[in-house]
Amino acid sequence: MTTAQMIFGRLTWDSFPWHEPIVVATFVAVVLGGAALVAALTWFRLWGYLWKEWFTSVDHKKIGIMYMVLGLIMFLRGFADAIMMRIQQAWAFNGSEGYLNAHHYDQVFTAHGVIMIFFVAMPFITGLMNYIVPLQIGARDVSFPFLNNFSFWMTTGGAVLVMMSLFLGEFAQTGWLAYPPLSGLAYSPATGVDYYIWALQVAGVGTTLSGINLIATIVKMRAPGMSLMKMPVFTWTSLCANVLIVASFPILTATLVLLSLDRYAGTAFFTNDFGGNPMMYVNLIWIWGHPEVYILILPLFGVFSEVVSTFCGKRLFGYTSMVYATCTIMVLSYLVWLHHFFTMGSGASVNSFFGITTMIISIPTGAKLFNWLFTMYRGKIRFELPMMWAVAFMLTFTVGGMTGVLLAVPPADFVLHNSLFLIAHFHNVIIGGVLFGLFAAINYWWPKAFGFRLNVFWGKVSFWCWNIGFWLAFGPLYVLGLMGVTRRLRVLDDPSLQPWFVIAAIGAAIIAIGIGAMLIQFAVSIWKRDELRDPTGDPWDGRTLEWATSSPPPEYNFAFTPVVYDGDTWADMKKNGYQRPLSGYRPIHMPSSTGAGVILAGLATLCGFALIWYIWWLAGLSFIGIVAVAIGHTFNYKRDFYIPAEDVTRTEEERTQILAAGV
Amino acid sequence: MSSATAHREPRAYHLPEEPHLHEGHSTMLGFWMYLMSDCLIFAILFATYAVLGGSYAGGPGPKDLFDLPLVALNTAMLLFSSITYGFAMLAMEKNRVSATQGWLVVTLLFGGAFLFIELYEFAHLIHEGAGPWRSAFLSSFFTLVGTHGLHVTFGSIWLVTLMVQVAKKGLIPANKRRLMCLSMFWHFLDVIWIGVFTFVYLMGVLR
Repeated sequence: MTTAQMIFGRLTWDSFPWHEPIVVATFVAVVLGGAALVAALTWFRLWGYLWKEWFTSVDHKKIGIMYMVLGLIMFLRGFADAIMMRIQQAWAFNGSEGYLNAHHYDQVFTAHGVIMIFFVAMPFITGLMNYIVPLQIGARDVSFPFLNNFSFWMTTGGAVLVMMSLFLGEFAQTGWLAYPPLSGLAYSPATGVDYYIWALQVAGVGTTLSGINLIATIVKMRAPGMSLMKMPVFTWTSLCANVLIVASFPILTATLVLLSLDRYAGTAFFTNDFGGNPMMYVNLIWIWGHPEVYILILPLFGVFSEVVSTFCGKRLFGYTSMVYATCTIMVLSYLVWLHHFFTMGSGASVNSFFGITTMIISIPTGAKLFNWLFTMYRGKIRFELPMMWAVAFMLTFTVGGMTGVLLAVPPADFVLHNSLFLIAHFHNVIIGGVLFGLFAAINYWWPKAFGFRLNVFWGKVSFWCWNIGFWLAFGPLYVLGLMGVTRRLRVLDDPSLQPWFVIAAIGAAIIAIGIGAMLIQFAVSIWKRDELRDPTGDPWDGRTLEWATSSPPPEYNFAFTPVVYDGDTWADMKKNGYQRPLSGYRPIHMPSSTGAGVILAGLATLCGFALIWYIWWLAGLSFIGIVAVAIGHTFNYKRDFYIPAEDVTRTEEERTQILAAGV
Repeated sequence: MSSATAHREPRAYHLPEEPHLHEGHSTMLGFWMYLMSDCLIFAILFATYAVLGGSYAGGPGPKDLFDLPLVALNTAMLLFSSITYGFAMLAMEKNRVSATQGWLVVTLLFGGAFLFIELYEFAHLIHEGAGPWRSAFLSSFFTLVGTHGLHVTFGSIWLVTLMVQVAKKGLIPANKRRLMCLSMFWHFLDVIWIGVFTFVYLMGVLR
C-alpha cells in the first residue's frame, strides 16, 4: 500500500468522471450555482441567521419546512434522471445507441429510484408530519426536539452522499434495491454500491429516530380531551405510518449491514459460493420494502381525508371505519412482501397465500375511497386547489390500485414481472397517490406555514400539466408492458415500439412544464404575498386544531393548551362560539436550540464517505468523533428555557390587532 | 346531534393553568420503542442464522466448533451482570449514591469478563480457520453473536459515562432516568443472549 493509498484510500484523480461530458457539464453548473449561492448568503450576511434560526433549531415547524425544502431539491434531481431516461428510450432505436452509455444509464435509473423514494418522498412526508402533527394535537413541540433536529440532518447527510456520487466516483448500477449477487463485490467492485449503502444507512438512522419521536409525541402529548378516537385522521395515519417506520426500517438497516459485511469483510451471506443465498436478501429487503410503500401512502390518505372533509364543509364520512381501515392496512402491509418476487418459484401454496393477502389489502383501501366519496356526496364542495388534487388522486389512484390487483394474481405476475406494466403500475400509485397528495397538502397547508395562500392560476396550470402529462407518460408504459417490454432497457430493437416511447417522452415533458409551473406558483405567491395574505389563520374554514392558531403559528404554537371535546375540534370550537382569550398569558416552557445534531450528522456523513473510499483512518476518527460528541452532548443538562409572559403577550396582542383589522 | 343540545354552559376550551409536562415525560416510552426496533435487528440476524446456519460449505459445523462449558461460563458472566445491575437500581431507589456506583462497577466487571471470553472464543475460531468468511453458517454466527457483543461494548461505554455523570451530579432525576434506560438496555441484551445461547449454541450442538 502506498502512502497516497493510506491517506486517500481508493480516491484518485481518475475518480472524477472527466470522460463523461454530460457529468462534467452538470458539475460545472452545480459548482457555479453553488458558488453563487454561497456568495449571496455571505453577501447578505445570512449564514448566522440560517445557523441560529434554522440549522440548529429544534422547532418542529422549522424542521418540517427544512424537510420540505430538502425533498423539493432532491425532487428536481430525481426528475432530471427521469427525463434523461425517457429521452434515451425514445431515442435508442434503429441501431442508435442513444446518448447515454450503459455505465451512465444504469446509474441514472438506480439513482432515480433511490432518490425518489428515500430523498424525495420520505423527506416530504416526514416534513409534513413534523409540521402538522404537533399542531393538530395541540402540542408545543415533539417529544424529543433535539432528536428531531438530528434526524433531519442525518436524512440530509444521506442525500449529500447520493449527490456526491454524481461527481466523485459513481453511483450503484444495480437498480434501486441493489440485489445481490450483482451488488456483491465480485460484480460491483467500484464505489457505487458503497455510496448506496452508506447513504441509506445514514438517512435510515434519521428516519427510524423520527418515527420513534412522532409515535411518542402522538401517544404522550395530545391536548387534554383528545382521546385516540378524537384524533384528526391525518394524525391517525401519521401514527400508523410511524409505527410502520419503526417496525420496518431496522430491517433495512440489518439487511444493508449484511450486504456491507459481504462487501467489506468477505462474509458469505448473499454470495453464490460458500453457502450464501442471494434470495435471502431479496426476501429481507422486501420485508422492509413493502411496508415502506405504505409508509409513503398512509400519511397522504390522511391528507385527503382532511382536505375532502374541509372542502365539503362537513365531518368526514365514516371516521371510525377510516381509522380501522388504516390500522388494517398497517398490519396487512407486513404480509404481502413475497408478491414482489412470485417468480422466485416458492411454489403454488406460498404464492397463493401472498397473492390473496395482496388482494385483501384492496378492501380497506376501497373502504377509504368510498368514505371520501360519501363525504363528497351532498357536500358543499369548493373546488380549491387541494380539493382538485384530491379528486385527481381518487381517479388516478383507483386505476393504479386495479392494475396492482392484476399483478397480485401470480400467473399474471409471471407474465408481467419486471415489465413496463409494473413500472406503470407503481408510478400510477406513487405519483397518483403520494405526489398528488403532497401537492394537495402543500396547497392546503402553505397558508398555515407562511401566512399567505398560493397563486391559483399557476397552481391550475401545474395541476393540468401533471394530470395530462402523467397519463401520456405512463399510459404507453402499460401498453408496452403488456407487449412484453421489460424495465431498465437502454437500447431497443423493435422499431414498432418507438411511437409509444416518444409519447411517453412527450408526457414527461408536459410533467416538466407542470413542475415548472409549480415553481413559478411558489415564486409568484412569494412575490405577491401581500395580496394573498391570510390574516385569520383559518383561510379554508378548517376543522382541526392547526387552524385555531395564527399563520404562521408562533414558536409556542398555542398561547394556552387547548381542551378538546370533539373530533373536528376547531369546527366544534367555532360552532360553540369560541372566544380567543385576550389576557392571562403565562411563561411557556420550550426546548433550546443546539448545534449537536448538525455536528453529529456531519461526522456520520464524513464517516460514510470515508468508508465508501476505504479511507480507514478518517472512518475511525470520525466514528470516535461521533461517540465523543454524543457523550459530550449528554453532559449538557440545560436543554430548555421559558418564553417570558411579556413576549407571549406581545405576540398575541399583535395577532389581536391583525384579527381586528381583518374584521 | 347530541353535542348541540347536551351542554348549555359555554365550554372551557383552555386549561386555566399551563399543564406542566414533567421533564423526560416520553423518555421511557421512546426508549422502549428504540429497544423494540433494536430487537427487530436481532430478529433479522436470528432469521438469517436460521436460514443459513446449516450452510457449512464443506467447512466445520457447530459440533466441531462450540465449546459449551466456555459458553456456559460466558452466559453466567452476563446473567450475573444483570443481577448486579438490578442491585444498582435498588440502591438508586434508596438514593444511595456510593452503593449504586459500587454495583455499577461490579456490573461493568462482569460485562468486561463476558466480552473478554467472547473475544477469546472468536480469536480461537479464527485461529482454527473458522472465520466469518469460511461459510454462510460462520458468517451468520459471527454477525449475530458479534452484534450482541457490540451492544454490550456500547452498553459498557454508556455505563462508564453514567457513572461519571452520577459522580458529578448525584442521583438527580435526569440521571435516574438515564440509569433506568441503560437498565432496560442491559436486561434486553440479557434476553437476546438467552436466545443466542439456546438457538445458536445448545441447538447447534444438538443438530
